[in-house]
Amino acid sequence: MMRPSAHRYIGLSERWRAAWRSFRIATWLGWQIESNWTDPFLFAVYSMLKPLASAAILVVMYGVITQAQFQHPVFAYIYLGNAFYIYVGAVMTGVSWAVIDDREHYRTLKYIYVAPVRIPAYWLGRGVARFLTGSFAVLITLTAGVLFLRVPLHPARVDWPLFLLSLVLGVGALALMGLVLASISLRVAHHFFLIGEAVAGALYLLSGAIFPLEVLPAWLRPLGFMMPITYWLELIRRSLLGDAARAFPTLAGFSNGQLLGILTGLSVLFALVAAVVFQLCDRQARDRGLIDQTTNY
Amino acid sequence: MAADLAIETHQLGRIYTIRNRRERRIRREIVALQDVNLEIPRGELFGLLGPNGAGKTTLIKILTTLLAPTTGWARVAGYDVVREPHSIRPRINMVSGGEASGYGLLTVRENLWMFAQFYGLPTREANRRIEELLCRIGLADRMHTKVSDLSTGLRQKMNVVRGFLTDPEILFLDEPTLGLDVGAARDVRRFIREWMDAHPNRTVLLTTHYMMEADELCDRVAIISQGRVLACDAPEALKRRLQRDARLDIEITAPNSLTAAALEALPGVRKAVLTDVEGGARLNLVLEEDSVLPGVIQVLTEHAVQVRHLTKREPTLEDVFVDLVGRTLADSETGGGHGHGS
Repeated sequence: MMRPSAHRYIGLSERWRAAWRSFRIATWLGWQIESNWTDPFLFAVYSMLKPLASAAILVVMYGVITQAQFQHPVFAYIYLGNAFYIYVGAVMTGVSWAVIDDREHYRTLKYIYVAPVRIPAYWLGRGVARFLTGSFAVLITLTAGVLFLRVPLHPARVDWPLFLLSLVLGVGALALMGLVLASISLRVAHHFFLIGEAVAGALYLLSGAIFPLEVLPAWLRPLGFMMPITYWLELIRRSLLGDAARAFPTLAGFSNGQLLGILTGLSVLFALVAAVVFQLCDRQARDRGLIDQTTNY
Repeated sequence: MAADLAIETHQLGRIYTIRNRRERRIRREIVALQDVNLEIPRGELFGLLGPNGAGKTTLIKILTTLLAPTTGWARVAGYDVVREPHSIRPRINMVSGGEASGYGLLTVRENLWMFAQFYGLPTREANRRIEELLCRIGLADRMHTKVSDLSTGLRQKMNVVRGFLTDPEILFLDEPTLGLDVGAARDVRRFIREWMDAHPNRTVLLTTHYMMEADELCDRVAIISQGRVLACDAPEALKRRLQRDARLDIEITAPNSLTAAALEALPGVRKAVLTDVEGGARLNLVLEEDSVLPGVIQVLTEHAVQVRHLTKREPTLEDVFVDLVGRTLADSETGGGHGHGS
């Protein structure tokens, strides 16, 4: 039997204040965690070597398969797709990783939960530091591509407004996808370590990052077309490379405006999905006592 | 009046459903909490006393909005824990003992400042309170130490400060001295008592399985076992219930064939607990009146058992617990023991 209560709701302005506070402090915390795990020199070396090592794997594979045709437009297409895919691992997985980090590693998730914190805003804040370190990795990878592999990226020819708009929309969509993953991580106490990596790995194949969607089996392609990352990567390539970006035929029939519209629409859709999934997972996690459940894996 | 209640529960219950990892269809239900009715007025330091697994932490999780009840309802600061968690959270805080939580990469001050920010405390005020509370709990010299460099006990002290830092209307302390050494536990208890004295409108719900802690700190105590509240009153009132009985602690030589059951068979012996100790045994007796004692001595003599030392004592909370639960708190935690309580 539920006893009726007075239903004294918190005002909207207080909710926004709490959300902004949660986001701001989580951003600070995320940066402290990202930047303080080792001394500054090691941090700088790691931040440079990690993206270069990842890019090197792709470059070597491409070189072997194509007999070093690095001037072919496809190379720039693949290289940029791979470089900007760093954001997927950084932002999407970074946002969801906050749940695992707080629950398993620092054992603070229950204290965060008990505090007047807006949890989705907090998770997004934790992703900001990963976005910043991810941006550094993208910049390093692009610079290496231009200097050593002659990727045709000329600042004077870049469509900066399109690039910045695409970047904001794309990173926003990734953060919202991260919220969905974070909510699921909250609900799934076991095997959660696999979720972020599995999704990021699957999307690498499904979003046209390194090969066109036409290569995929017909039944898998619709998944690729449903992902905002697919349209985001295309827009990023077009803004940076111009016509050379049309090396892959998948989205060649779409104008930039159409792609922006689709990306915006999918972002809104993911925002709605994230809100619903969070409400659902939050309720189930409280029903099942999962918020502070640690596995010691 | 409900308006004066900090915490109110009605028929509160929680059942955990455990699924078999391999056979997902096989489920097992564990009753963690059953029909708990509590009314805790504002300004009270209320204790929940019970062994591990009694349901204390489950109750705290429900009241702090971390866990949903399966039956009944609960209100904290007047708000429903299921439907109005966002109204409850700014008014409460929580500290759990026996765990090393905290962001190891941050200093003690940074950790505390961060949590103060989550509650909207201005930085200047937060820093003032951090310094004051760290001084009072004896951790001021570690303010700039990284949390990862603190011992478990010092981390626990930091977490106690985190709980009090936001000056919550209602504070939940779940075994706050668990794992602390004697001195640190004493510091924390003194700190809690001083804070309550200085903030008479604040409410603390404290769970513990230390009898002395509940007796020393709490205005009222609920004894909880296997998810049920068995009694709820002031510690003195609980003890007074047993004052009509005579309580004796007797040190004896080796008990030979003597059993607690043989003593309990005597008229007037309400309870006998026989515990092996080095070089002999200890016999804890509850007699209806002093005149029963000669009969007990006669049985001891018949079993060639000699009395080394005999003490008559006032009832303690431990006696109340044994009277209600049927065994000592220590035995409840190990699931057995030497005693043969009735």
